[in-house]
Amino acid sequence: MTELTKNNINFKSDLQPTTITVSEHDKQKALAVLQNTPLPTTRVEAWKYTRVAKLGKIDFVNNSATIDNISSYVIDDTNCSFVFINGHFSKEHSSQKIPAGVSITLLSEVNSPLEASSLKLEGEVFNAMNTAHLTGGLQIDIAPNALIETPVQIIHILKGDNILANFKTIVNAEKSAQAEIIQGFFSESGEHNFCNSTSEINVAENAVLRIDKIQYESEKSFHISTEQVQQDKNSNFRINTFTLNGGLVRNNLNIDVNGQNCETHLNGAYLLKNKQHVDNHSVVDHKVAHCESHELYKGVIDDNSTAVFNGKVFVRPDAQKINAFQSNGNVLLSDSATINSKPELEIYADDVKCSHGSTTGQLDEEAIFYLRARGLSEKSARHLMVSAFIGDVLDKITNENIKTYTHRLLNDRFGWEF
Amino acid sequence: MSNYTEDELAQDLEQQEYKFGFTTDIESDQAPKGLNEDIIRFISAKKEEPKWLLENRLEAFALWKTMDEPNWAHVKYEKPDFQDITYYSAPKQSKKYESWDDVDPEMKETMKKLGISMEEQKRLTGTNVAVDFVMDSVSVATSFKSKLKELGIIFCSFSEAVQDYPELVKKYMGTVVPASDNFYAALNSAVFTDGSFCYIPKGVRCPMELSTYFRINEGGTGQFERTLVVADEDSYVSYLEGCTAPQRDENQLHAAVVELIAMDNAEIKYSTVQNWYPGDKNGVGGIFNFVTKRGICGTNAKVSWTQVETGSAVTWKYPSCILKGDNSVGEFYSVAVTNNYQQADTGTKMIHLGKNTKSTIISKGISAGKSHNSYRGLVQIHKNASNARNFSQCDSLLMTDESGAHTFPYIECKNSSAKIEHEATTSKIGEDQIFYCLQRGISEEKAIGLIVNGYCKEVLNQLPMEFAVEAQKLLTISLEGSVG
Repeated sequence: MTELTKNNINFKSDLQPTTITVSEHDKQKALAVLQNTPLPTTRVEAWKYTRVAKLGKIDFVNNSATIDNISSYVIDDTNCSFVFINGHFSKEHSSQKIPAGVSITLLSEVNSPLEASSLKLEGEVFNAMNTAHLTGGLQIDIAPNALIETPVQIIHILKGDNILANFKTIVNAEKSAQAEIIQGFFSESGEHNFCNSTSEINVAENAVLRIDKIQYESEKSFHISTEQVQQDKNSNFRINTFTLNGGLVRNNLNIDVNGQNCETHLNGAYLLKNKQHVDNHSVVDHKVAHCESHELYKGVIDDNSTAVFNGKVFVRPDAQKINAFQSNGNVLLSDSATINSKPELEIYADDVKCSHGSTTGQLDEEAIFYLRARGLSEKSARHLMVSAFIGDVLDKITNENIKTYTHRLLNDRFGWEF
Repeated sequence: MSNYTEDELAQDLEQQEYKFGFTTDIESDQAPKGLNEDIIRFISAKKEEPKWLLENRLEAFALWKTMDEPNWAHVKYEKPDFQDITYYSAPKQSKKYESWDDVDPEMKETMKKLGISMEEQKRLTGTNVAVDFVMDSVSVATSFKSKLKELGIIFCSFSEAVQDYPELVKKYMGTVVPASDNFYAALNSAVFTDGSFCYIPKGVRCPMELSTYFRINEGGTGQFERTLVVADEDSYVSYLEGCTAPQRDENQLHAAVVELIAMDNAEIKYSTVQNWYPGDKNGVGGIFNFVTKRGICGTNAKVSWTQVETGSAVTWKYPSCILKGDNSVGEFYSVAVTNNYQQADTGTKMIHLGKNTKSTIISKGISAGKSHNSYRGLVQIHKNASNARNFSQCDSLLMTDESGAHTFPYIECKNSSAKIEHEATTSKIGEDQIFYCLQRGISEEKAIGLIVNGYCKEVLNQLPMEFAVEAQKLLTISLEGSVG
């Protein structure tokens, strides 16, 4: 156990040193935060519904591992895919045919120290840990005016017990660039793995960036990811998050809309069973006028699982003509399942149209009867209803390969048959 | 009026002084400033209270000392110095009034200005309003008591109830809002001076609206009211509460506790119009209103809260319903208007425990000037609350670009047969709506009044007739000049 982190997360002493150099300022700050900040408890408003105390009881390691075959983790059969096992780059499985206009660099191969991070470090234990003990990372630069048709795929696989992977993705979509990134998070084997991922995403003027994120880790794993997004004027940013498996998953999306005429789309689907816990937090901060943001999160919660949704929209003073919409729908399939939904609006400008809605309910028994009357089995009828409910969000995927892959995962996990 | 602009309108409104700002000059019998066990003993002795109540107070005080002032609300204010408050002040009088004619004429005048018009009520005996008037902390006039008595209804000041019905008070007080509930509830339990007590016996439908007018009178006096309404099985009562306060520069603290108990098949309708001094247009002065209101429902019972909040510098108020019995119903209708530097953090809690419980939340916020208006609500469906149903709608209207409207709903559901809907919108008055009115010869000011009244209609419709008129007047007063 290293002395530096005695208050929160424990590392075994044989932690492999990182080969990534973080700027000295960030590093010192992160270490100070780690030393002074305990793990958040449910008394902290942002963690009111999510307990992370378990993380403090595990002695983490960051060993590398090898996997023979990764074909089941390939979401889109693109030629540009980067594979990381336990946060370490796996050259063997990666196919680095990088399309023109994109430059991708491993953070460990960047010569100069990383620039100051846009991540908030104060009081954020997980961001600080990520910064101070980075395992691996990737920087993706998309050249101005480049229109990239091949998606860039990043696949994360965890293997072994008590693995901690601190991963960082930096994405710079330059002026008028257009690109798509696919991120997949999987577990091969092992218990008490912890993937702590952060992303710093800059979307420049007129740029269009789309991220599809699929989370399919094991029920014994932990996943915390934070996306810090900066949007410049006329840009369009879209992120679709699909949480299909994972023990404790927490997704933080922080979007700073810094320029006018931006569009922001946040979509998410979460399907939970057994004892899973999935927590989606988002903050859309409208700092300037004439922007719009749309948020759609839908979830199906079964068995003893718990889902949390917390969406926050800020409209800062003088950010007029903002249209911000937030919608959260939940279906509870079991009496032991729990949903905690907290859609919030904080509005300091008057000429705005903002709304949010949150619903919780169950499958319509009459609709199920209708389907059964037409020869569907009870099981199929229910699956059809659930898939139709989640379908709203799945339809936001435009890439057919991702759609097919997602359906395959749903089949595997929930045994959908229809 | 065609070139009367929104800005001018806003200016007019700002300049409008608080209409009910006046002070009544009555010698009062005050406790020294500060809070300690001796003060509590002093209050208790003044009220000639039984020993158990004093013990309750001291327990609450001990508890209060261990608590921290809550700071999670979306409001900013200078925390009151609890040692700089007078915890007891009573209009000086040696004996209780025997009849209405004995009441101090000056006090009658005060009531007249407030529009209570006791005399009119006296003339119109038989029309349905009974008033338990609270000036500062002591109830001075109670009418219709005998009529209510015939039905077995008890409606009196809290201190009278302690004297006359100690077993009822002892049985129910603190069962819905225990002293340990929160900082202000503990403070109130320790130092409350007076309030109202109401008991409706089994099977009785209270034939008239019961109402209390609260008024804070003595400068620097904190008022700690305690209201307890008990509706026994199969009974019904509609209770009205309204407040205005004189203009003061010093912040005054008001920390009331209201407890409603609706037993099986009973219904309580509790309506509030709150128009305490909101501070002047620079945000100086005004009342701090930190209130704990909660009702508990038995089987098939119903608790309905309706509030029109236009006053107070800082409001911190969440009338709640605990839906304990099966098939019970909770309702919350609220209009909160803030202007100038007012801040309101208000909403409700609906705790669904019983089966087939239903709750409805309609909240309308209006922010003008530089004010901030927040809705904060909790809908909690417990594991055994099958078929629970909730509908929430929180709309905010922004009048100026310096005001703020915020929504913080918490929705927690642990039952798969529950249906919960929550909806919130924030916008300003549509220019097309104003244009439409202007086109039809309605001035901008009137158009705004019209639109705001329409916007609040859902809530205002819930108010008893007597109150609806006053509430509309208040909305117009608070907004007519103040709407920008």
